[in-house]
Amino acid sequence: MSPNDRSLKARHQAFPIHPGRIFTWTLLFLGGVVMVTPILFMLSTSLKDASQVYDLRLIPEAPSLDNYKVVLSDGRFLRWFLNSVIVAVCVTLSNVFFDSLVGYTLAKFQFRGRYLVFLAILSTLMIPTEMLVIPWYLMASSFGWIDSYWGIMFPGMMTAFGTFLMKQFFETVPDEFLEAARVDGLNEFTIWWRVAMPLVTPALSALAIFTFLGNWTAFFWPLIVTNSRELYTLPIGLSSFAVEQAIQWEMIMTGASLATIPTLIVFLLLQRYIVRGVMLAGLKG
Amino acid sequence: MATIALEGLVKQYGKATVVHGIDLHIRDGEFVVLVGPSGCGKSTTLRMIAGLEDISAGTIKIGDRVVNEAEPKDRNIAMVFQNYAIYPHMSVAQNIGFGLYKSTLPEREKRARISEAARVLGLDALLDRRPSQLSGGQRQRVAIGRAMVRDPTAFLFDEPLSNLDAQLRAQMRIEIKKLHQRLGKTIVFVTHDQVEAMTMADRIVVMRDGRILQVGTPMDLYENPADIFTARFIGSPAMNLLPARLTADADGVRAELPELGASLTLGRFPRDEVTGSQAFIGVRPHDLVVGRHDGQGLTLTGRVSIVEPLGSETLVHIDVAGIPIIASAPGRAIPKVDDLVGVHALTGSLYLFDAETERALCRV
Repeated sequence: MSPNDRSLKARHQAFPIHPGRIFTWTLLFLGGVVMVTPILFMLSTSLKDASQVYDLRLIPEAPSLDNYKVVLSDGRFLRWFLNSVIVAVCVTLSNVFFDSLVGYTLAKFQFRGRYLVFLAILSTLMIPTEMLVIPWYLMASSFGWIDSYWGIMFPGMMTAFGTFLMKQFFETVPDEFLEAARVDGLNEFTIWWRVAMPLVTPALSALAIFTFLGNWTAFFWPLIVTNSRELYTLPIGLSSFAVEQAIQWEMIMTGASLATIPTLIVFLLLQRYIVRGVMLAGLKG
Repeated sequence: MATIALEGLVKQYGKATVVHGIDLHIRDGEFVVLVGPSGCGKSTTLRMIAGLEDISAGTIKIGDRVVNEAEPKDRNIAMVFQNYAIYPHMSVAQNIGFGLYKSTLPEREKRARISEAARVLGLDALLDRRPSQLSGGQRQRVAIGRAMVRDPTAFLFDEPLSNLDAQLRAQMRIEIKKLHQRLGKTIVFVTHDQVEAMTMADRIVVMRDGRILQVGTPMDLYENPADIFTARFIGSPAMNLLPARLTADADGVRAELPELGASLTLGRFPRDEVTGSQAFIGVRPHDLVVGRHDGQGLTLTGRVSIVEPLGSETLVHIDVAGIPIIASAPGRAIPKVDDLVGVHALTGSLYLFDAETERALCRV
């Protein structure tokens, strides 16, 4: 056997090609195509004029940014965009704060009824949103929150999922970190804020991403609780845009393309913390 | 003044009692080591002193003040944990300075204290590094630095060296001892390693099953163990124990070791009390020397099963009538495995223990 043959054989042994692996990669590839194709078509359509919308070629014949100029010069779009930013950012900050505060308390303090409280919070995960909408509406109505930012935001200011996620992560924080801070004279709130929170950054990032995306794309509740067009969030605004403009797909796709920008920014900003968290968890051994 | 007094200290978890009413008085500036096997209550005792565990009964005094109900931050103690507990998101300087987080000192003074602690601990060049960029020993020193900057009345160490390798552990032992000599503060140090206890302590507290078995200086405990547990726990390798039966005749009390074909003249007992009672003869490996000896004492013969040359001496594992014992031989005289050898321990280096109560009877 020549040295070349041996090296080839060694390489095969180092990277064996299993049929199972080929199947996995094929599935992943197809999954990727399914995910990416609508995004590519969205971007492509946003670069076409109205006459080309039903031309299904991915690369437009005469790409232009005219649609973007039209959408961005429409004051309503910017207003809806701003509304979505306000709602998504406020709800995300609120979730990061309150979910982690409650999760920390449930994970690190022993008190009577702790398990019951946790179960009660978890049980709310089993109630579908559709069932909650009417009580929410009645509550918002009785407090005078209909057609206000607070009305859009209040049901999501704290979530059972976020609390559960943070509790699970805080349980992995060694008690010695907190005890060391206690001996050093910090009060419980400062220990949570200065010591525990930085140790669960990956979970906070994940929670922030999920909450931001969930609120950025929220449609059902904001549609119900808002009446005035000034308070529409982007998904509702875009849908009304469609009805109003007799379904101008190129405009809707342009608006949708612009709407993805904040989500991409949030993800790109926070994803490295998630990746780092996964790596740390692996090294902890 | 940083005396620490424990009076009738009890800790219960539900119905289980893990610390059974211990009494201990630690003097100002003293280095006391709580030592014992896992589950003996030593860490729980330390945590009660720190205020991290509530006490079930008894009193803890730091100085003249009863601190039973005081929060950890109000006890003016500093604690170093087994897994260092230094914060991964902070630099070395921030970690050390974290001990001063609640301090009202001016910033300049805080910085001076951080620099001083870093200098004393040899961390000057590492102040900007993160804990992940430090070795185990360096991390432990950061944890000590955080405790130092606060200028507490007492330091509590909870098995701080157990995560380090043997060489680093030996080095850190010396550093902590030097630190104690320099600062002169009261230190309570918990470990399960008797070598750490022997080498560092002014006084050792041996604990077992939530009780204090013996308190004394390292040499006290080594020379005069109160019971079999302490005798075997303190000193490495552990003391050999040989089953014996006490008999009395006209010459006095004798310890017969029929299985080993040996006997020993004692002579200090009232005859009626000891006749027929079972006992253990204890002899430390360093006192049981390979070779013939004509002096009085205990002589045994057995076959060598293992030899462990240590350089200055050799530990020789010998099988004496089915009973494994460890003896020592001078460094260059290493017996061979399967050799038949005689070992001898002089009178005065033997210990007698009651087999029933396991308490020490006397030294013979």
